[in-house]
Amino acid sequence: MSSTKINWFKYSSPQAFYPLAGKMIPWFVVATVLFTVPGLYFSFFVAPPDYQQGEAYRIMFIHVPAAWMSMFIYMVMAAYAGMGLVFNSRLSSMMASALAPTGAMFTFLALWTGALWGKPMWGAWWVWDARLTSELILLFLYIGFISLQAAIDEPRRAARASAILALVGVVNIPIIYFSVKWWNTLHQGASITVNKAPTMAASMFTAMLLMTFAFWMYTIVVALLRVRCEILERERHTDWVMSNEFAGRSPETRNELG
Amino acid sequence: MKSRHKRFAFIVVGLAGLGGAAALVLSAFNDNMVFFFSPTQVFAKEAPEGRSFRLGGLVEKGTLKREDDGLTVHFRVTDNHKNINVTYTGILPDLFKEGQGVVAQGRIGQNGVFQADEVLAKHDENYMPPEVKDALDKGKAAASAAGTTTLISQ
Repeated sequence: MSSTKINWFKYSSPQAFYPLAGKMIPWFVVATVLFTVPGLYFSFFVAPPDYQQGEAYRIMFIHVPAAWMSMFIYMVMAAYAGMGLVFNSRLSSMMASALAPTGAMFTFLALWTGALWGKPMWGAWWVWDARLTSELILLFLYIGFISLQAAIDEPRRAARASAILALVGVVNIPIIYFSVKWWNTLHQGASITVNKAPTMAASMFTAMLLMTFAFWMYTIVVALLRVRCEILERERHTDWVMSNEFAGRSPETRNELG
Repeated sequence: MKSRHKRFAFIVVGLAGLGGAAALVLSAFNDNMVFFFSPTQVFAKEAPEGRSFRLGGLVEKGTLKREDDGLTVHFRVTDNHKNINVTYTGILPDLFKEGQGVVAQGRIGQNGVFQADEVLAKHDENYMPPEVKDALDKGKAAASAAGTTTLISQ
């Protein structure tokens, strides 16, 4: 039994994680498709129109999962950044920087779809209420994290500086989530919470859950793809990259990459 | 204590301090974080006087009147305790309806009527198919009817 036990710490080394990530990617691609197809089908054909908004409410099947993912990815990113800071593990900070662009994209998507819905329903593209403003700050935090990392040449220093920024920004996440509770905002309260039944029809809820899992699986796919590039880039001087990945390539390509 | 324990402790203490600071700042800003004032707050003089502010509440049923120009509307905003008359000239959002939430920006004129420059509809967190809404309304009507019959039979 003990002989079959996997040593998980092995995969904290970029060298061991690189092939593992490569093997995981196709599975998560399959999972993304398996959630996206029924998710979109439910969103467009199964879920009934809303009693007030008609068909226009369907944008929430993109808006709400995107907003959830924008907060969730930030927490995961900050956790990886913190792990990188504490354990000095290279792979953790690489994972943090691999997640940041996807998180920023979902934040932008949530803001953009919200604006498209807000104009006909509320009567305004944008209002400075607590929910919208704190979500905009989240977008700035992601952009700040990405640009801080890009601004510092030395990878270790870049990882440390951006990790501190990511951890400081965690304060914003509960503010976004509870803003509709703590203050009176134009943005409506949460329809789905952990301690009571969702205030929407079951098929709408199903569509939203499917879309959330689809976004989640997509995030894992792109994060793994991106972290593989990151590993190669940061470890390009090591023997394993040179000998394994580029075995069989011409010396000129190796020199370019090295 | 290993250096990674020290770093971990430093992060935990740092985050706790930061969270505390954020909580204090937010509670200090609490009054400025308000997006709108309810009619009760306006009567309690909590809303800024002589300045533009946002008034929020429900559009009272049976108070919506349109003028002949088709653009000017009069309605009453209520929080089921106090209410304020509002006039507005302009295009109303799709969700604007009697009995629905509304946020109007403007100021209170000399005549005590709130002159709105912008009217936003506030949506609630309930989403349901039209049939369910009908069923709910019927159920409510049936329940009140049933209530009366039991009273009579007693």
